[in-house]
Amino acid sequence: MKNSKSLTAVLALALATAIALPARAAVPESKDSIILTIHDWTGQYITTHIMGRVLEEMGYNVKYQQADYIAQFAGLESGDLHVAMEMWETTGKQAMDKSLATGKTMDLGETGMKAIEEWWYPYYMKEKCPGLPDWKALNKCAEAFATAETQPKGRYLGGPVTWAGFDDERAEALGLDFEVVHAGTDAALFAEIQSAYERKAPVLAWVYTPHWAPIKFRGEWVNFPRYTDECYNDPKWGLNPDMAYDCGKPRGWIKKVGWKGGEKKWPCAYQAVRNFKVSNQEIGEMIGEVDLEGKDVDQVVEAWISKNKDRWSKWTECS
Amino acid sequence: MSTVLASKEALAGKRSHPWLVAWTAGLVTTVLLYAFRDYWPWAWQYPREWNVPLRFWVSDFMSWLVNEFDLGLFTFKELTRSLSWLLHWPLAAAQSLLSAGFGIELSEDEMLRLPRLSWLGIVALAVILGHLARNWGLAALTGSCFLYLALFGQWDSAMVTLSSIIIAVPIGVTAGLLVGIWGFRSARVEAIITPVLDLMQTVPVFAYLVPVLFLFGFGPVAAMIATIIYATPPMVRCTMLSLKLVPTETVEFGRMAGCTRRQLLWRVQIPSARPTLMVGVNQVIMLSLNMVIIASMIGAGGLGFDVLSSLKRLQFGQGVEAGLAITLLAIALDRLSQAFANQPPPEHREQPTSWLKRHPHLGIALAVILVTTGLGVFVDALRSLPENLTLTTGPFWNDVVSWVNVNFFDELDAVKSWLLLNFLIPVKRFLLQLPWVAVTGLVALAGYQLGGWRLALVSASLALFIAVTGNWEKSMISIYLCGISVLFAAAIGIPIGIWAALNNRVHRVVQNIIDTLQTLPSFVYLIPVVMLFRVGDFSAMIAIVAYAVVPAIRYTDHGIRQVPPDLIEASRAMGCSRLQLLRRVQLPMAMPEIMLGINQTIMMALAMLVITALVGTRDLGQEVYIALTKADTGRGVVAGVCVAFIAIIADRLIGAWARKKKRELGLA
Repeated sequence: MKNSKSLTAVLALALATAIALPARAAVPESKDSIILTIHDWTGQYITTHIMGRVLEEMGYNVKYQQADYIAQFAGLESGDLHVAMEMWETTGKQAMDKSLATGKTMDLGETGMKAIEEWWYPYYMKEKCPGLPDWKALNKCAEAFATAETQPKGRYLGGPVTWAGFDDERAEALGLDFEVVHAGTDAALFAEIQSAYERKAPVLAWVYTPHWAPIKFRGEWVNFPRYTDECYNDPKWGLNPDMAYDCGKPRGWIKKVGWKGGEKKWPCAYQAVRNFKVSNQEIGEMIGEVDLEGKDVDQVVEAWISKNKDRWSKWTECS
Repeated sequence: MSTVLASKEALAGKRSHPWLVAWTAGLVTTVLLYAFRDYWPWAWQYPREWNVPLRFWVSDFMSWLVNEFDLGLFTFKELTRSLSWLLHWPLAAAQSLLSAGFGIELSEDEMLRLPRLSWLGIVALAVILGHLARNWGLAALTGSCFLYLALFGQWDSAMVTLSSIIIAVPIGVTAGLLVGIWGFRSARVEAIITPVLDLMQTVPVFAYLVPVLFLFGFGPVAAMIATIIYATPPMVRCTMLSLKLVPTETVEFGRMAGCTRRQLLWRVQIPSARPTLMVGVNQVIMLSLNMVIIASMIGAGGLGFDVLSSLKRLQFGQGVEAGLAITLLAIALDRLSQAFANQPPPEHREQPTSWLKRHPHLGIALAVILVTTGLGVFVDALRSLPENLTLTTGPFWNDVVSWVNVNFFDELDAVKSWLLLNFLIPVKRFLLQLPWVAVTGLVALAGYQLGGWRLALVSASLALFIAVTGNWEKSMISIYLCGISVLFAAAIGIPIGIWAALNNRVHRVVQNIIDTLQTLPSFVYLIPVVMLFRVGDFSAMIAIVAYAVVPAIRYTDHGIRQVPPDLIEASRAMGCSRLQLLRRVQLPMAMPEIMLGINQTIMMALAMLVITALVGTRDLGQEVYIALTKADTGRGVVAGVCVAFIAIIADRLIGAWARKKKRELGLA
């Protein structure tokens, strides 16, 4: 193999068909690659690659590294990883605050997208449970959401235990006749929703957006009492005087987080990351194109880049 | 009470069944402890206050190791980081060669790009290697495996995966060989290595991913290191075993010929141990491929990433295709390495002087690769197969899953609900109610009966560890899930194994199916199973059974085939019918082997625990998985060790039983 490798090199040189690439236009502060983390959902892949493409246009070298959503903080703190594009207030705030407290990572501002996470049902369930989307209707039709094992209670499919949705507590605090079942991953969660949706069968589950599911499956979120910080922290607040969590899930920002050391190393790049702003609508549409229409994700990103040059070139301005 | 005591005395009086007495006493104690649980609650459920905070100690130790441990000239982290820097070079080279191509910076603004090896060249290489290793049949097999990768559009990812395999395997093999030799030469080293190997093979990989990430950084290198840790143990075992099996005559002869210790090892012992060593190499390859999915979770990319991301989008078809690509890669590499291992030793004859004449196959292979890659500079189609020539069956599989879901869900659901309500849930409740003191005692009793006081002590202290670290309840759920799955796997696997043993055609078909089941990433079928059976224990059980049934079939088949033919002849001569032959001769004789198969089934079921956490179980597997996503080293390692300890208890008890049985049958 070694022989063949060097021979290939010699051969290719001899053929003299080397393609000389033009030099990178701007001179970046450092030629070291900026490492952006990618996780396992399409929306994050898209936002990260948009950012990556913009940084490349600016002249930076960019690398993408897969890392777990929460475990990545270890890498961001040590400088193995540099920028994470989506940290959701709803699921990642705790881990993010803990990491920011070490002083080794920094908050790079909001992405402009808003996260919604809540109990969700498809529209056809409204026929079986007319009072929806008001949460008080849930108990009247708990039986409609029941399965053999949960009978007579309804079945609510929550997210992985690690998502910290406090659904067990919520069901108890609001006196809901529902059993909370936790899916281990988001793939399992949406597999079950898809299965029910195909059969027009009852389903009540944790759905979040930006994601392809609320685009593909027609349905809506349950209206719980609106979330406030006190609701989670103070048992006295809300309908149930003895328990916290007697309200809906928080809706909130999606932020960018970076390794602190990167600020010195690539100040202009970090500025551009700070300037990055998109909307739920446009990312949601791109997710739909990729996950539902089966388009190539890199082409979708490329199309956005060429269509929105005015917007992202403003991000790149650096003083 | 009085009747129980009376019967106890009666039994004790007879003295002929001392074990029966002991077990009755044990069970009675269990019932008593449960009945009086309000008086001695500590003996029923392990009190939380008694937990030893081992997981926090482990986490603290880890952060000390990563942040503070100083070896004098450099810190421990610098040491591990430089190791990963070192390993990153061969990996990057392999990736450039197979997948990305080379980019060489000539000056500030010029870049020389060299293409990667052509896919056509690599397919040709697979064919040539197949022919070199055995014959045209194997060549066709390996060639078509690689052709699949190209035709189904898996090439790019497959080459990323392959490049990490071809770097990880030689490192794993070399490390395994060296450690194995060390263990062979020193009994003390062997005594230390063996339990470490047990742990390495039974602690779920997820448990040590976090420490690996801390020490070696995020990225493909860390994933490769985790792969090496997982895949190396069989090589160490095979090395120690094979060196011990080298006949003393051979070694004596080497000594007489005046070999030094080093010459004796490398010129005599290792060459004679080659067949078993090659089994080790083969295992390293297979286990590395087993790791593809998990490695992709921490950034290895390649086929594993494709499987995960298509299942995230519920595109089963694409997931199946990428999963099959892993399977075919595994089959091609497995068959090739086995064929090389079983090659007859070369005959000694005049070697032709020119290199090309000595290695005609390699010469041709080199030429094909050079020509196709060289031409690839001009012809795009040789660099990567044009997209309009690739196939996909993805939509078909998606439709199949939907169709089954829409048409058969109710029937499937009825079966599932019945089993859950009448079998699974009661068993789970029962196990969770057992007093932990009694369970630990019964484990010790079983150990004493099967292997003496040493085994009793080991088993009981491992069980105690589980209680003391606060994982008792989760362990019982794990035992319930694995136990039921093992029952089903045995009930399905043993009859199939018997059938395969008695019928050669069935044997061949079954072999192919179980090879696929073992290498196809379980995630591929886990998600469709969730669609049909919902999130929960039942889906987890199906996934475990599908994976763990393999050894039950394999060992039963093997065990029955190994019954000495003269014994069968003799039984036939005595007028046994086929059924009698099976029941009275073949099955009893194969029993120890079948039990080993069950033992392996348990190991595999435990190995699958972590994967089933992905569909939402509440056992040790979930504990390990949560620790992974929270980057909590201590929590993951301790829960992982608990899984390992359950495995070790089961392994030791069954092993002791099988040895006892073998002695009784006169097989040992």
